[in-house]
Amino acid sequence: MSKRRTERLLSIVVLLLSTRRYLTAEEIRAAVYGYPEQYDAFKRMFERDKEELRELGIPLETGLNNALDEEPGYRISRQDYELPEIRLEPDEAAVLGIASRVWQSAELAGAAAGALLKLKAAGLPDDEDDGVRRPRIEPRLTTQEPAFGPLWEAVRDRRPVTFNYKAQGRTDATRRELEPWGVVNSKGRWYVAGHDRARNATRVFRLSRIDGPVKMAGPTGSVTVPPDADVRELVKDWDVTPVRDHTAVLRVREKAGFGLRRWAREVTPDAASPGWDRVTVSFADVPWYADYLAWFGPDVIVIEPPDLREAVINRLKGVLT
Amino acid sequence: MVTSAERLRRLLALVPYVVSRKAVGLTETAAAFGMSERELIDDLNLVWCVELRAPEPYCPIDLSYEGGEITVSQAESIARPLRLAADEASALLVALRMLAEVPADGSAVARLIAKIEAAAGASAAASAQVSIQMVDGPNARGVAAKISEALAAGRRVHLRHYNTQKDVVTERDVDPMRLLVVEGRTYLEGWCRRAEGVRLFRLDRVLDLAILDTPASVPDTAEPKDVDAGLFRPSEADEIVELELAPAARWVAEYYPCESVTELGEGRLRVVLRTPDTTWVRRLALRLGEDARVTSPAALAESVRAAAAAALALYS
Repeated sequence: MSKRRTERLLSIVVLLLSTRRYLTAEEIRAAVYGYPEQYDAFKRMFERDKEELRELGIPLETGLNNALDEEPGYRISRQDYELPEIRLEPDEAAVLGIASRVWQSAELAGAAAGALLKLKAAGLPDDEDDGVRRPRIEPRLTTQEPAFGPLWEAVRDRRPVTFNYKAQGRTDATRRELEPWGVVNSKGRWYVAGHDRARNATRVFRLSRIDGPVKMAGPTGSVTVPPDADVRELVKDWDVTPVRDHTAVLRVREKAGFGLRRWAREVTPDAASPGWDRVTVSFADVPWYADYLAWFGPDVIVIEPPDLREAVINRLKGVLT
Repeated sequence: MVTSAERLRRLLALVPYVVSRKAVGLTETAAAFGMSERELIDDLNLVWCVELRAPEPYCPIDLSYEGGEITVSQAESIARPLRLAADEASALLVALRMLAEVPADGSAVARLIAKIEAAAGASAAASAQVSIQMVDGPNARGVAAKISEALAAGRRVHLRHYNTQKDVVTERDVDPMRLLVVEGRTYLEGWCRRAEGVRLFRLDRVLDLAILDTPASVPDTAEPKDVDAGLFRPSEADEIVELELAPAARWVAEYYPCESVTELGEGRLRVVLRTPDTTWVRRLALRLGEDARVTSPAALAESVRAAAAAALALYS
């Protein structure tokens, strides 16, 4: 059955690409093998075929040949159908090969492979052993979060979605209704940004915290992305890097604390305690930096400021309670 | 089993693929389309059998694959491939824009982006809705440029590398294999002469790197790491560590790959990790203070307390 269906769909594509006139459903039935005689069964089948062709990206046009026609017809404009002429230099083709292997997730890996095949069908050589030196670089994008697929479709088709979300530090999920504006990968983690309908505000969600399925909550094209929305910036703001406007003086054991020395403003041997260096660093906020310094254990002592010193001592005491 | 839509997509690429090459081997074509020769012949037969019956019956496509070589003598209106769909254009453009941020030869990337955007037309629009942020530090670009140069010239490199987990700096000679970009960061994968094994070095933690005159020599047995399932893959030989986390330390369960995560009530969690080296867990436990407890192994729990006591002694 599937083979006959493929044949029928291919016949329709060839037929509608070869006609300038709009052909009615009845004319298509007359020209193509495989449609049933019975009218309602034909209509149902024809509707499904049209939908399938459109899903493949085939630009099926609908229109009337003249004002007196009662029933609309169909045709495919060659200009809209055909991939425009594209010629690649050898180094560009090499980069294309790399780009087509970046996605590791089912949704977009298949799409990238499909794109590559179309470009090869447009004449791009598929011989990878043509003497061109290929940069040995392999970028990888993975989408392990099940929410990625439906959210990408929603963003692409501009549809609102609903999902359950567990905010950080919460064990219970809440229902969210979102007009998604875009998906962003930052430090290997996926986020979606958009307009949260219930809260009537811009929100960013981390895909790994979405609990259960993502459901479409409206038709294609029903989401308007504000022209000034920059999802990249939204995620950046959310994952903000603070300004390091505080100064601390540390005593750091020799041959230790490289992470501190690397970004230090000054490192000098500590005359008062042999085997130790005085390291001056900049930091952003006391609680975060105290946690970071505790990581170095007995290789680092805070000399000043007093509040940072106190915070590190408390962190370490916490280990022993 | 492919659906009829997927098969149609393939056929609409197959015909122009052959047309653009004038004549092409069955074997080569099957490889390009990732299918068997048997499947390819089924596809060719299907295309060849397509028949329209009105107004006059005719066969729009004529082809042959005699002697293992495919030629299309008549392709009617499907001699050119279909335009890129939104998914296809976006998959390529998002990957290319990410590649553009990776420190490597950028000029071909920029030219290719412009060409793909032009060819995709309206289909390219959705790609702007996906973005990838690279988080390589400012010094990674210079290091990557040198590694690209060493890879192209087939030369060994000498580097100083900072291991944050152990808080040590080591110097190594490495025969570069490739640059990997995973989770927004760039790594050098190479054969480390010191470890005598394949190692990954995060570029923002490479303090210095020099290209040596020695040719690189990667042993044939060196296997590139399979990073698709994540960078850190536990092994059976790893030690099992169990931690209890207060609500303030729940981020640990998201940040580190855990074997299991159990809710203990009131927002507390129990996580189980596997690691070849527990040094970093001790450091993590010090950092988390009262918000975490190592519950197993007992020796690790003891070393955490000993380190905290030693650090506190410095303040008294």
